[in-house]
Amino acid sequence: MRHRTEEELIAYRDGETKEREAIAAHLRECPQCRAEMEQIEKVYAAMSAAPVPEPGEEFERRVWQKVALRLEDRKAKWWAGFLQPRRLALVGAVAALVLLAFYLGRKTGTVGPVVEQAEAGKVRERVLVVMVGEHLGRSEMVLMELENARTQEGQKTVNIAATQRRAEDLVKENRLYRETALQTGDQVMARTLDELERALLDIANSPEEVTPAQFEVIRKRIEAQGLLFKVRVVKQGLEERKASPDAKPAENQAGVTERKKA
Amino acid sequence: MVEAVEVSDAIAVERTLAGDRDAYRVLVERHGRMVYRMAYRMTGNAHEAEEVVQEAFVRGYQKLGQFTGQANFATWVYRIAANYAIDRMRQRKVEESRMAVVDRPHEDALERDPVSNVRDQAPSPERLAESGQLAERMRAALETLSPAERTAIVMRHWDGCGIDEIAGVLKSNSNATKNTVFRAVQKLRRALEPFLEGKARAIGTEG
Repeated sequence: MRHRTEEELIAYRDGETKEREAIAAHLRECPQCRAEMEQIEKVYAAMSAAPVPEPGEEFERRVWQKVALRLEDRKAKWWAGFLQPRRLALVGAVAALVLLAFYLGRKTGTVGPVVEQAEAGKVRERVLVVMVGEHLGRSEMVLMELENARTQEGQKTVNIAATQRRAEDLVKENRLYRETALQTGDQVMARTLDELERALLDIANSPEEVTPAQFEVIRKRIEAQGLLFKVRVVKQGLEERKASPDAKPAENQAGVTERKKA
Repeated sequence: MVEAVEVSDAIAVERTLAGDRDAYRVLVERHGRMVYRMAYRMTGNAHEAEEVVQEAFVRGYQKLGQFTGQANFATWVYRIAANYAIDRMRQRKVEESRMAVVDRPHEDALERDPVSNVRDQAPSPERLAESGQLAERMRAALETLSPAERTAIVMRHWDGCGIDEIAGVLKSNSNATKNTVFRAVQKLRRALEPFLEGKARAIGTEG
């Protein structure tokens, strides 16, 4: 009786042999080859047990930031996207915001160039505070809708198309505000908006019809991030800023609460 | 759930192609970790693995027009990453050999005489894993493989790829690929055996 070679045994273990039956029969009868097979098996067991160190919670965000920097716009279709009615509405809203801030800035700044600039900045910030506040309110509604929705027994699919369309609109606004928050150095706001953006994207990119189980997965994911809570805290902070415009944005309540949670 | 992910991926691909970059973010975030695990096993290095992930997704974006939707996006970007990782490892080998090779007496000894290195009562893979040693041993063992062998075993064992798929990345045929998988397992065995329980069959009983 010929012993089986290491190559044959590895091929057998790998499921890539034409002699499956013959080798199995041989292994039943030959203790030496069985021992050899066990050793090979241990290599496979070691491979399966060897862990890959996790790259950390920030991994996805880090990768996307680097990838995004290197992506070129798809120019051929860029303008086509811009002509979509929903996007046009957004462009209009942004233009209105800029004009409004500019107009208010000019109107209030009458003392001198430096004061004028500072005043204009303050007004712009106040306009932004109001707009972001409203945006968060709308996002809160979308998240609440999903969190509170319960599927009924026997229901085969859930249609989330309407919520999705709203999430889609919010994503675009959100990006604008996130970038502004980053520029003004409001870290807590930027972080919350970043998390919000991912959740909104997630909702927007899910299929329109999902099974109750899939729906639960989406819902749980949003719930697990405590996003609704964070959005509410930041929104509250904004309302306080609206009431006393000189409050510092960087150390608002959201920061404290979030750190406590962590 | 798998189907739902595929449908959702297909939608994200379409949106990306229509110029919506944020849709691509979903794909990056959804599949980044899967690509990372493969890249880490290929390169043995967290930093390099992350670079492989970035490059794979950038290339994926650039070539997205060629993505026909026949394959699913995860498989597709995985393949791009594997192709890039093997090129990168080959490049690294070339650079290393140019830089006047560091002698590795330990590995040479293993190659020459595997049996003499076998220790009785070595810890089981599970115990090694618990103590955190297994990851390190495996990393070192994988270092003894050629880029092709490493790619083959990572794709085959950890990611369950078919021989033809691996052959595609190695630009080889299926018989040669099977052989590459075999050599990879054999080398890993030589490198790991000193740390695993039990003894090898005495040499000379084969054939």
